[in-house]
Amino acid sequence: MEILHGIFIDPFITMYELPDLLVQVLWEGFVAGTLYSLIALGFVLIFKASGVFNFAQGIIVVFGALSLVGLHSLGIPAFVALFLCIGIMFALAWLVEFTVLRRLVNQDPIILFMATIGLNYFLIGFGEGVFGGEPKTMITAELGLPTGAFDFDILGGLVSLQQIDITAAVTAGVMVGGLAVFFNKTRIGRGLRAVADDHQAAQSVGISLNHIWIVVWFAAGIVALATGVMWGARSDVSFALSIVALKALPVLILGGFTSISGAIVGGLIIGISEKMAEFYWGPLVGGSIESWFPYFLALLFLWFRPQGLFGEKIIERV
Amino acid sequence: MLYRETGQFKTTYLADMAIFPIRQDYFLMIGILLFAYVIAPLVMNDFWLNSIMIPTMIFALAAIGLNILTGYTGQLSLGHGGFMGVGAYACYKLTSYFPDVNIIIHIFLSGFFAAAVGFVFGLPSLRIKGFYLAVATLASQFFLEWAFGRIAWLYNYNDSGAIEVSSRTLFDIPIAGASAEPVTRYFVVLAIVTFLTWIALNLVRGRFGRCWMAVRDMDIAAELIGIKLLPTKLLAFSVSSYYAGVAGALMVFMWLGAAEVESFDINHSFLILFMVIIGGLGSILGSFLGAIFIWNLPVLLRAIPDMIGVNIGAATVEHMTFMVTGALIIFFLIVEPHGFARLWQITKEKLRLWPFPY
Repeated sequence: MEILHGIFIDPFITMYELPDLLVQVLWEGFVAGTLYSLIALGFVLIFKASGVFNFAQGIIVVFGALSLVGLHSLGIPAFVALFLCIGIMFALAWLVEFTVLRRLVNQDPIILFMATIGLNYFLIGFGEGVFGGEPKTMITAELGLPTGAFDFDILGGLVSLQQIDITAAVTAGVMVGGLAVFFNKTRIGRGLRAVADDHQAAQSVGISLNHIWIVVWFAAGIVALATGVMWGARSDVSFALSIVALKALPVLILGGFTSISGAIVGGLIIGISEKMAEFYWGPLVGGSIESWFPYFLALLFLWFRPQGLFGEKIIERV
Repeated sequence: MLYRETGQFKTTYLADMAIFPIRQDYFLMIGILLFAYVIAPLVMNDFWLNSIMIPTMIFALAAIGLNILTGYTGQLSLGHGGFMGVGAYACYKLTSYFPDVNIIIHIFLSGFFAAAVGFVFGLPSLRIKGFYLAVATLASQFFLEWAFGRIAWLYNYNDSGAIEVSSRTLFDIPIAGASAEPVTRYFVVLAIVTFLTWIALNLVRGRFGRCWMAVRDMDIAAELIGIKLLPTKLLAFSVSSYYAGVAGALMVFMWLGAAEVESFDINHSFLILFMVIIGGLGSILGSFLGAIFIWNLPVLLRAIPDMIGVNIGAATVEHMTFMVTGALIIFFLIVEPHGFARLWQITKEKLRLWPFPY
């Protein structure tokens, strides 16, 4: 009885009595959610265009942030370093396409998936070898990112919004908007959508799969770089990020592998519900339920919609 | 010439259904068993047994388990590290509740706990397919990791949060714990692995295996010809987790001697998946080849700088190991996506004709 009380009644009483705390928790969840969304966005871009379940997206985020910090520590000005990093992302996209994807065309999805885990291992070793394994501080001030906090005196308490979090949310919004324009209004974007729809048909009307793949991996790389900067500014830049990045997977199955808006909505649902669960229900079972709660939530959604909230309907033929 | 079935006539159905229908396979098997049971313990020192033979055997067992699920039934799982943990913790709890019962029995029993957990986490497979299922199995991985770290009852409330193995004996010979000789532990592991491999070989070529493969090839078609999806998939999940659980129990009790949450983290799940993919999906032999390759590659890579006399730091070696492992995995996937098992098949075809061109 006491347990039931703890699950179904007490948390809501706390929410009602301390609304400022609730707002703060919701905001935390929203911010975590935007970051998950950004990682998931990278996954979706690649999955849509090449059908590759890119497990290495998390490590590409870390890699982008690390090369930015690493280049800056060599004495290169922050903005030049940023442009160099975009160059590195392009080189990475080209290399992946040239050495891996091109040679694994028409293989089973699971083989491509394993290849991206191989890429994951390679980038971990390469990144640690070049930049060192210890956590680094993101060059927030040099990039001109705001670092202060807005404090609001509302609902009978103090609600504090970090400016960097607001920047992250705005960046996410701008990125999604930019990608939407890119997909719908440009020639390359049209090619991307064609490839996503049907590889063979796209190729038969003269769209080069190899080019499209490079573009997609490059776009995912830029999204990863932005994510890395934002996330690095909130905490340190370290390889632990790549484990956190796995949280993007429940976001993906919640939103559907092929939907950009699904990635955003899924990310927000996961972020907010995970923080709420951790804060209000976590103490009942000993805390740290953040690590698995999103997966169970995603499973619950899948039980009713096996293709995710926004995924395309799965039609099977015998 | 070397690998010809010519002249080997089958006169009974029983002979036709034998597990090694060709005499060469039979002799090869005897050779491998002879090597594993007689030659290896005689010539290998403790280091070889402890850091190469025993872990390879254990991971091969786990890989067989995952191969039954992924290779034979087509359900991708990223949670087998967690299932190994269930076996290990179950075995630990069993030994602390029933210290008088023999450890071998505990190891076999602990697999059933893993099977039960696998059964529960296999339930979503009825609705979810492909990569969606893979992510769903990650739920089990992260939940189990959390449980091993947070539920103090599992590690008997000790302060370190780790499980430790006390000495166990069989016929008054210590086989687990600090006082056990590597050779004895090797024999125990080898015997269990041989037994379970024999079971697996017979499972996958029998009725169950055929049902699994039908589900793998196309589950809707399998349902139409009268295979019940629910029991088939759940049986695959249970059997697969049973193997993982036994492997986990062996890992802690026969090899590591102590374990904590990190011993069963997601990297181990990937390690096993690599073994299955590189070895060959849907092949028991492939599981062994994959385990031998994936487990010993880093061991070999770490030994290379010493061998050629280059002196580089331990950290650099570690990074190089990661890079080379990743690159080699991609390389093997590009060269032979069907794994070592396929390479062996090609070799057999070649040996049939050799030395004649056709």
